[in-house]
Amino acid sequence: MSGGQGASCSAGAPPPRRILSIWLGALAMDRWQLAQEQAEDEPLVLIADTAHGPRIEAANAAGRAAGARPGMMLADARTLCPAIRTAPSDPAGDRALLEKLAEWAMRWGPWSALDPPDGLLVDVTAVAHLFGGEPRLLENVAAAFARRRLTIRSAIAPTAGAAWALAHFGAPNSILAPDEPDHERMPAPLAELPVAALRLDADVLTVLRRLGLKRLGELTTIGRDALQRRFRNRRSPAANPLIRLDQLLGRVPEPLLPVVPQQMPLVQRRLLEPIRHRPLLDRVLADLGEDMARELEGSAQGARRLELGLWRVDGEVVVRRLELAAATRDPAHICRLFAAKLDDVDAGFGIEMLRLRASWAEPLALEQQDLEAAAEQHGTSLAACIDRLSVRLGEGAVTRPVLHASHIPERAQRWQPPLAVQAPSQAELAFHQRPLKLLDRPERIAVLYATPDGYPQRFRWRGSVHDVARVEGPERIAPEWWRERGAARLRDYYRIEDGEGRRYWIYRQGLVGDGRGGLPDWYLQGLCA
Amino acid sequence: MPSPTPSQTCEVAAAPLARRSARWQPGLAARAGPVAHSEVFSSTNHAGGAAAALALALDDWRHAPRSEVRETQDRRAVLWVQTREAARLTGRPYRAGLPEELRHRVIHVLAEKPEDALFALEEGVRCREIAFVIGELSGNPRALDFTASRRLTLAAERHGVPLYLVRLAAQRDLSSARMRWEVACAPSAAPAWNAQAPGAPAWQAELFRARAHPPGSWLLDEEGGRLRAGRKREGEEESPDRDRTGGLQPRRRPRAAGR
Repeated sequence: MSGGQGASCSAGAPPPRRILSIWLGALAMDRWQLAQEQAEDEPLVLIADTAHGPRIEAANAAGRAAGARPGMMLADARTLCPAIRTAPSDPAGDRALLEKLAEWAMRWGPWSALDPPDGLLVDVTAVAHLFGGEPRLLENVAAAFARRRLTIRSAIAPTAGAAWALAHFGAPNSILAPDEPDHERMPAPLAELPVAALRLDADVLTVLRRLGLKRLGELTTIGRDALQRRFRNRRSPAANPLIRLDQLLGRVPEPLLPVVPQQMPLVQRRLLEPIRHRPLLDRVLADLGEDMARELEGSAQGARRLELGLWRVDGEVVVRRLELAAATRDPAHICRLFAAKLDDVDAGFGIEMLRLRASWAEPLALEQQDLEAAAEQHGTSLAACIDRLSVRLGEGAVTRPVLHASHIPERAQRWQPPLAVQAPSQAELAFHQRPLKLLDRPERIAVLYATPDGYPQRFRWRGSVHDVARVEGPERIAPEWWRERGAARLRDYYRIEDGEGRRYWIYRQGLVGDGRGGLPDWYLQGLCA
Repeated sequence: MPSPTPSQTCEVAAAPLARRSARWQPGLAARAGPVAHSEVFSSTNHAGGAAAALALALDDWRHAPRSEVRETQDRRAVLWVQTREAARLTGRPYRAGLPEELRHRVIHVLAEKPEDALFALEEGVRCREIAFVIGELSGNPRALDFTASRRLTLAAERHGVPLYLVRLAAQRDLSSARMRWEVACAPSAAPAWNAQAPGAPAWQAELFRARAHPPGSWLLDEEGGRLRAGRKREGEEESPDRDRTGGLQPRRRPRAAGR
């Protein structure tokens, strides 16, 4: 948030911040009517299915005149107007349209943000003069949306909260001038707005209504500490009128997440003659790889995930996906990895189109070319090696052990992709001696002991008998009571060495008489160096 | 027509012998570079094979000559390839129990079939950002014939990435490995502060076939981060039935001995 709120646009002070809020009040219904390509004069509602039956999400003008309201059950609306027509609502489609509109709205300012479910925010700081002033800017916005047959209300204010409030509840095309920040007084256009203009949750609005606070101006009359005592939720701004009030007046910053349009690199080849043979497919794939490398190089990116689509003549589409350990745009490497995945492709009557898409790309600086020849000379890089291994052996086959915060030995280690960032973790304590290798699951051993609470003298594991010659322990590891159920038993670990020098890590699960089962069992879990 | 004199032929024949006559000892990598391809045979009921392979690999790695152009800090990874069968028999590497300098380096590869494991080993030794490769295979898979092992040896020698292949419960088949070891666990030396506890690991290692060294047998252990090889433990001959139990079984002793 820019700190300077001064009205002057002199060279020294930054221009005051201006936010344009656009409210598409009937987004869902407008979108439905655009899709039908005709205006609907009959009463019509868009419905969503709920556990208690269909509920109305949006209604057109005739429907509202007939008594249907958003949030009403369809059965209730039918009693008011039996002739009402229905259509399913599509929130995901509405959201997609809103995202497109956010990108389109960047024509009025350097960046725009979504204001779900049905609003947009555009930063118009210091750009109004390009449109001939802020009133002309708002006219331009209204005209542009009218051409797309979308009904909107818009407003310009120094903060996002104020612009939202004026767009929803103020006069049409209202503009709040940037005045000197006055922490005591609220600007007059805002003071007249209802408290719903604060973007609060419904239950908070109910509380405010019961308290008799109806206008924004009335909130400032009762004093901050009274509101602070009543509304203690500091975490969610939508539950706290004070935070919303401060955001409205610009006393606390409100970060907005701008929409950044991204293009997915995509290359394709349409083939004159459908191909049916592997060498030709490899040839086309190599061409696609070259095109993709050029495409990625232009945007200084490297691909992390690639999707190859093969369109067959008979309408089938074969898709092969590839994930790479590190960003790359080396065509030979990409082709080599795809070649292993194309062995089982059935060409049928022929493949007529190939499309290669990098659905996940990361920034990658320009680097040396021709890695394949370099690999012959100096060996491959680690990322290329891991790519080759995971393409042939499968996704989870190549992993790196990392520490995890747990006392239980098998939980204290996890496996993650080898080139992923290792989360910082506390190392194992130095006086804890751990085995070199851990069995996938502890194996039960039959034990001969002198006392049930002591270490074993002799045990049988995998069919052979081991005499215990040396022993160290016990190291007691308690169950994680916050995770396991109450009957979990503790473990007493012993490091032992048998008569021939083989070293193991064994444990007894539970104690005699701990009330959590019968005689404790013994397990062998680790093999020491 | 000059024909080789008897002394010349003697020299030619003696050259490999002279090379062979150098007995193996730890730290040889400082002079000759690491051994490209070693095999360690061991049984499946202990982790001695993998531990000894790690110890040999670390010994070579610490002593290998470093070129000046390489950056001072070695950040290379270590590839540890296991077949699923080998992982089931002797477990997977456990990060907290690995040697200190390897904990953040290990990349584990789990292969379903021996063919996949051999592919992973070969890709590993071809990679310049890997310090060494540890492989664990159980039995004598058909895929690991002499041709496959020769392929591994050549790739390892060409790219300078040593390969240590642990063979679990395997026959000594044909192989082109430069050094072949048979490793069993050995009783450890008693720690100074707790004579009853297991001490630092030790292995009885037999070098039964090597290209550059005569065969031999050593007792390997590590002290202060360095590999040591002794013929026998000190004081072993004096008291062959030394009380290794460290007073662990005091009550059984009198009855057994009849005292």
